[in-house]
Amino acid sequence: MCLAVPMKVLEIAGDPNDFFRAQIAVVDMEGVSKEIRLDIVDRWPQVGDYLIIHAGFAIHTLDPREAEINIGLMREMADNFI
Amino acid sequence: MKYLDEFRDNSLAKRLLEELHDSVKRGNPFRVMEVCGTHTMAIFRSGLRSLLPEGLQLISGPGCPVCVTSASHIDAIMEMANIANTRIALFGDLFRVPGSNNQSLAYASSQGAKVDIVYSPMDCLQLACDNPDDLIIFLGVGFETTTPTIAATILAAQNSNIENFAVFSTHKVMPPPLIALLDDPELQIDGLLCPGHVSAIIGADAYQPLVDSYGLSCVVGGFETTDILQALILLSRQIGAGKPSVENAYTRVVSRKGNKRAANMVSEIFQPVDMEWRGLGVIPQSGLAIREKYGRYDAEKRLDMSFKAAAEPKGCRCGEILKGKELPTQCPLYAKRCTPASPIGPCMVSSEGTCAAFYKYGGVDNDGC
Repeated sequence: MCLAVPMKVLEIAGDPNDFFRAQIAVVDMEGVSKEIRLDIVDRWPQVGDYLIIHAGFAIHTLDPREAEINIGLMREMADNFI
Repeated sequence: MKYLDEFRDNSLAKRLLEELHDSVKRGNPFRVMEVCGTHTMAIFRSGLRSLLPEGLQLISGPGCPVCVTSASHIDAIMEMANIANTRIALFGDLFRVPGSNNQSLAYASSQGAKVDIVYSPMDCLQLACDNPDDLIIFLGVGFETTTPTIAATILAAQNSNIENFAVFSTHKVMPPPLIALLDDPELQIDGLLCPGHVSAIIGADAYQPLVDSYGLSCVVGGFETTDILQALILLSRQIGAGKPSVENAYTRVVSRKGNKRAANMVSEIFQPVDMEWRGLGVIPQSGLAIREKYGRYDAEKRLDMSFKAAAEPKGCRCGEILKGKELPTQCPLYAKRCTPASPIGPCMVSSEGTCAAFYKYGGVDNDGC
């Protein structure tokens, strides 16, 4: 039920502070594109950002630096450095 | 960075698995509960369960929302489906859960009830426009990850003046049932693999009370094999060192404080209430009901529903399995009268249910039972 996947932002419509206008992004994963809602996303995205999508809504805008740290720690752990 | 391929690196997973084996070997045996149904499924699907070291026992918790929906709520849903001019919209995994009279929405649909499986709750607003004579009832079943999407849909319905849409809310929140389980002296666990996407909303800090009051090690994990392995290594190290804390192995998605924008939207629409859980009974303040201000979107109020106590299916051990006390193979119905093709209990229906996962992947207890 709590499945969510990362998808890349192609287009954005709406304003983060205006809930009366639809807050929408078009996102893509390997050629499959989809319109999703931005109403509950934690940080308003830019085109090119990746979002975590759950049930047609973005719940998180990914930060590439955090992801690098995340994978970096895994690699260090795998190599017994920490 | 595409956020998927990097974390699906088999050679990295293999090295992490070796490190997990080394780490577990250095300490005493321990038990970890994976709270989230999506974790349960990911652990089976990747084959990780059969590769875990001796000395680490993983038990499944109450984190499959369909599985913990009570029999009386399922009966109420069946009653709503049979009212003229209602159209039930739901996420697909609830479709085949039988109520106490052994009938499911799948059956009701075959008998003419209007039932639509949707991808997003927002799809209900289109259904409402397309079917102006029907009251669209969305079955709100889910945890903190899903609830904000329902809250946003209710606000969008209000902004668009859509009147023929309502939500049947059996939404639940995660920390209270964990505390209820930890208060049970029969359940002996040393650590929690905390749910990644629930934590994206509530934040990793939400587990600090479990560390402070119960001395439990808590690690938030993602859903790729490498994510789960990293979280298990951190749990093993923490438990081995006897220094429980909250650690976050899913920092690319989960922050300490969570998603305030989503949490604010949830508290605008919903208020905490006591909620009945299958197998766990009524847990104070563990559910969410729609606030009076948005009462016209509350299916329970619009249809004047009342709940009747309902019996669990005879012989079904879902309750004990959800509490982590029994394995599916200990249930007398498992793989005999209860199979995915003809399920009796909800843990066999939902793809994230422990029984369904055991059945599909030929699960055996990793203690060798």
